[in-house]
Amino acid sequence: MSFLSFNHHKDLPLDSDPSSRFLPWLIAFMVYLAALSVVATSLMQSVSSRWERGVSDTLTVQIPPARSVQQDQSQIAGALKVLRANPAVVLAEPMPKTSVLALLEPWLGKADVLADMPLPHLIDVSVRSSVKLDADQLVQDLNKVAPGATVDDHRIWLDRLIQMSQTLKWGAYIVLGLICIASIGTIYFVTKTGLAIHHDVIEVLHLIGAQDSYIARQFGENALHLGLRGGLLGLAVAGPTFGGFAYLYRSVDSALLPQIDITLVQWIVVLSLPLCAALMGYVTARFAVLNSLKKMV
Amino acid sequence: MVIVKLENVGLRYGVGPEVLRDVSLSLEEGAFHFLTGPSGAGKSSLLKLMYLANRPTRGLISLFGHDIATTSRKKLPALRREVGVVFQEFRLLDHLSTFDNVALPMRVADVHEKDVRKHVAELLAWVGLKDHMNAKPTTLSGGQQQRVALARAVITRPRLLLADEPTGNVDDKLAVRLLHLLEELNKLGTTIVMATHNEGLVRQFGHPRICIENGRVEQMGPLRPARGGGVRMEGKIS
Ligand SMILES: Nc1ncnc2c1ncn2[C@@H]1O[C@H](COP(=O)(O)OP(=O)(O)OP(=O)(O)O)[C@@H](O)[C@H]1O
Ligand SMILES: [Mg+2]
Repeated sequence: MSFLSFNHHKDLPLDSDPSSRFLPWLIAFMVYLAALSVVATSLMQSVSSRWERGVSDTLTVQIPPARSVQQDQSQIAGALKVLRANPAVVLAEPMPKTSVLALLEPWLGKADVLADMPLPHLIDVSVRSSVKLDADQLVQDLNKVAPGATVDDHRIWLDRLIQMSQTLKWGAYIVLGLICIASIGTIYFVTKTGLAIHHDVIEVLHLIGAQDSYIARQFGENALHLGLRGGLLGLAVAGPTFGGFAYLYRSVDSALLPQIDITLVQWIVVLSLPLCAALMGYVTARFAVLNSLKKMV
Repeated sequence: MVIVKLENVGLRYGVGPEVLRDVSLSLEEGAFHFLTGPSGAGKSSLLKLMYLANRPTRGLISLFGHDIATTSRKKLPALRREVGVVFQEFRLLDHLSTFDNVALPMRVADVHEKDVRKHVAELLAWVGLKDHMNAKPTTLSGGQQQRVALARAVITRPRLLLADEPTGNVDDKLAVRLLHLLEELNKLGTTIVMATHNEGLVRQFGHPRICIENGRVEQMGPLRPARGGGVRMEGKIS
């Protein structure tokens, strides 16, 4: 990767430092972890938003069968009235008995006797997600007209899932932050060690009239190369890992796991990780050198 | 113009005794001085003060009219580029070729690469190292390394050249040749201080001397060439 410094001179033999051998591996590991956490955050993001969109706008009201058909009808009518009066409700339709039977078929079989059994009545409700629905209040209201009515609110457990995925997302961000701090710290101390190793050469360069920035540039470019090399390595390993996950994910085929699409921005973020590592290396090493040389004569 | 001026300078290393005591001297532009004194007298120490590798424990040093105690760190590189140094222990960069070692001061000063190649090749030919341009210092003899060090010190034609025994490792014939090179440089305006133990050279070239003994420094006149039984003239200039 000498193209980055084709017209610069390398007076300091930094390539042969031991750190030049281990730093790329370390950076590779860091970039690998960073890529995983970036993908994990975007995964959490898309999972929670899919769930929110897909399930949150429906709920089901269940009314236990009453003694007479008339009472059933009046309870259903009352419940519909309550539901339709609620500002959050877009649509409330009783589910025909045939649909209820179809739902039960896998468990109870296709028997005509079922038609005569007292089954609970179900009402499909669509709600606006923009308006907050007070589920407890709704249950109370419904019970006034139809005792024993229950609301199967998907939102309750969904909210918990979303909350969990948010927590995981923040966790991933924190991991990302820690990776950055660890990498910066490592590069900083590796650079300090390099300064100690090359103390004599640096002193000669100084006495010859080199500016601090002349020396800092060489350390910076070295760290840039190592960061870039390590970053590309980390990304190269992260690729197959994502592929493996994607394969497993697809084979699970569950309604709970929504389709995941990684957006262009997320791709750009992941692909730019090696560049970020390189840039971080450059800035950190430069800072470390300038900071230390200030104390030299 | 006064190139280097020391006033009541004292130097001690750590808690040791004072190596230099009350040194006051001033070197005019274009002067050529030999720096003499027994081993361990403090010649290298004095030169280190002049090329700003060490700071004095007391006293004042000014270089090209800049008091170095008050000169900011940022301005030091510019001053140092005007000073060529031949270190007693050469201090060549072992991982660089002869050519790159000599080119270093020019590259540090951002000289165009075309000029670097031309000047370095010329100078290496002059000091007789044309055939060793790509050799690493560790593969050169002591005398060859010394010439690389000298070439590196003079490549930018500095205003001040501080040479710490630049002929200590070469034969007399080559030493004379190198001194002629220094004299050429001196004629072009470079002020030179050369530490040496070689009394023959001091006599032959007859430049004024700076003598160190017991930490005291005295500026003295040239040592006259010894003519068959002639009187040795020593004059003290103040
Ligand atoms: N870095 C140092 N730390 C401690 N003492 C030192 C250091 N450098 C030199 N000295 C002491 O300072 C004194 C002068 O040393 P210096 O190297 O200046 O002598 P010199 O005149 O150059 O000798 P030579 O002719 O052998 O090169 C010596 O006594 C030496 O022990
Ligand atoms: Mg010495």
